[in-house]
Amino acid sequence: MIVDYCLHVRAVVVVVVAALIAASCAADDSAPGADVTVFAAASLTAAFTELGDAFSDVDPDVAITFSFAGSSDLAAQIVEGAPADVFASADLANMARVADAGAASGSPTVFATNTAEIIVEAGNPKGIAGVADLADDELVVVQCAPQVPCGAYAEQVLATAGVDITPDSFEASVSGVVTKVTLGEADAGIVYRTDVLAAGGGAEGVVIPDDINVVADYPVAVTSGSSNPDGANRFIEFVQSDAGRAVLASYGFGAP
Amino acid sequence: MTRRGRRVGLPFPALLLAGIAIAFFALPLVGLLWRAPWSSAWTYLTEDTALTALRLSLVTSLCATALSIVFGVPLAWLLARVDFPGRGAVRALCLLSMVLPPVVGGVALFFALGRRGVVGQYLDEWFGITLPFTTAGVVVAQTFVAMPFLVITVEAALRQLDPRLDDASRTLGASRWYTFRRVTLPAIRPALIAGAVLAWARAFGEFGATITFAGNFPGTTQTMPLAVFLSLETNPEEAVVLALVMIAVSFAVLAGLRDRWFGAAAQPAGAAT
Repeated sequence: MIVDYCLHVRAVVVVVVAALIAASCAADDSAPGADVTVFAAASLTAAFTELGDAFSDVDPDVAITFSFAGSSDLAAQIVEGAPADVFASADLANMARVADAGAASGSPTVFATNTAEIIVEAGNPKGIAGVADLADDELVVVQCAPQVPCGAYAEQVLATAGVDITPDSFEASVSGVVTKVTLGEADAGIVYRTDVLAAGGGAEGVVIPDDINVVADYPVAVTSGSSNPDGANRFIEFVQSDAGRAVLASYGFGAP
Repeated sequence: MTRRGRRVGLPFPALLLAGIAIAFFALPLVGLLWRAPWSSAWTYLTEDTALTALRLSLVTSLCATALSIVFGVPLAWLLARVDFPGRGAVRALCLLSMVLPPVVGGVALFFALGRRGVVGQYLDEWFGITLPFTTAGVVVAQTFVAMPFLVITVEAALRQLDPRLDDASRTLGASRWYTFRRVTLPAIRPALIAGAVLAWARAFGEFGATITFAGNFPGTTQTMPLAVFLSLETNPEEAVVLALVMIAVSFAVLAGLRDRWFGAAAQPAGAAT
């Protein structure tokens, strides 16, 4: 009997320990109410990180946490109920996806713009002067896939310019294009102006003239599931203030 | 106690935990099946993108498995049987790609085999071979992340194998190669199969190193996981269908493995886990 009892106790202990391990692995440090979680497009990483620091100086009561990823990933996460307070998208389509699902509160406002630019290796060793040069089959050209915003913009630019190119790869994200060009594995690609600036000395840009270029609008909105809509609105106001605009401009973003 | 009796006699807590583990693996699959757009599934499946990507995935993952066996078995044998200084470091080095984030692995492959890489620049200069953005590049990326699974499995089996079996064969006059082929290899067969399957599964599902090192171009380098990832951007329905195709193929292969392949040889297949 006693042996049986002991075995029983041991069995319970094993299960409890397993449950505790599972629970402690999942232990979350979820935030108190004053926090604002900002889901922002990957291309905003550097600019928003600096904006977050600046915001905490003027509004120390609200702690900002960022989650940076591709706009479509973020949109999907928000639609599935991720705990975001603010969504800043790199395109209108993904913001529309969130709004259509009833996950955005109020109407989104465009807070910044971006334009397309050709990224080439530092020093432009292949002497690429414009979009037409990308049609050269000798060049290794990488492009964003048409499914992601930067690819859609690149296609628009090429179509407007009447240039037909066969890229060597359709990258899943703009960072894929930047990486391959800065590493010297690809000769050129079409990315955002802000990406060229962010690449620093590793790459340089070839400007695409305004008449064939596109302007990407960056909208921002408070989510309908926000636990701190007041703090979220204060952050959005700060982004659109003169101080916020100045930070965005220093990373290559244009004013709406 | 009979074998059957032992199975039924599994203690209750172990059974409960195992049940939770099964649910943990089954639920995401149920989720996919639940969200799958069954009415339009056939349209997505018969699209060129899906078929091309599936064919490319099968070809490249099988090539990667073959390369893993050809190079991995001798490597496992070296690690298990030859006592040389720095063996631990060499083993760690060869298993590193298992823990490396695949995207980092892809960038590292650029540094090694890209057209500016340590070795790659000479491949380009002397032979005109450039691996990035080619199907061969996909196979290289997949082999890089998949081979360790075979090596670690086969090495464990070789370590459990009594070396006196080999010695006996040798004293009976068999050559080294004959001994390896007729004594060692059959004895580690379960582990070799398990390792090859693990390596194949890893290669078949490989994403990060592939898209980084080989890029993404339909028919040349766009494997199934890449196609799934990209369709997720614009058409989640299509992504779910493509993912289910991958799962069906993998499930057929894994479920088709007979238990006896893992356990029937002279050696217990402890390494198969």
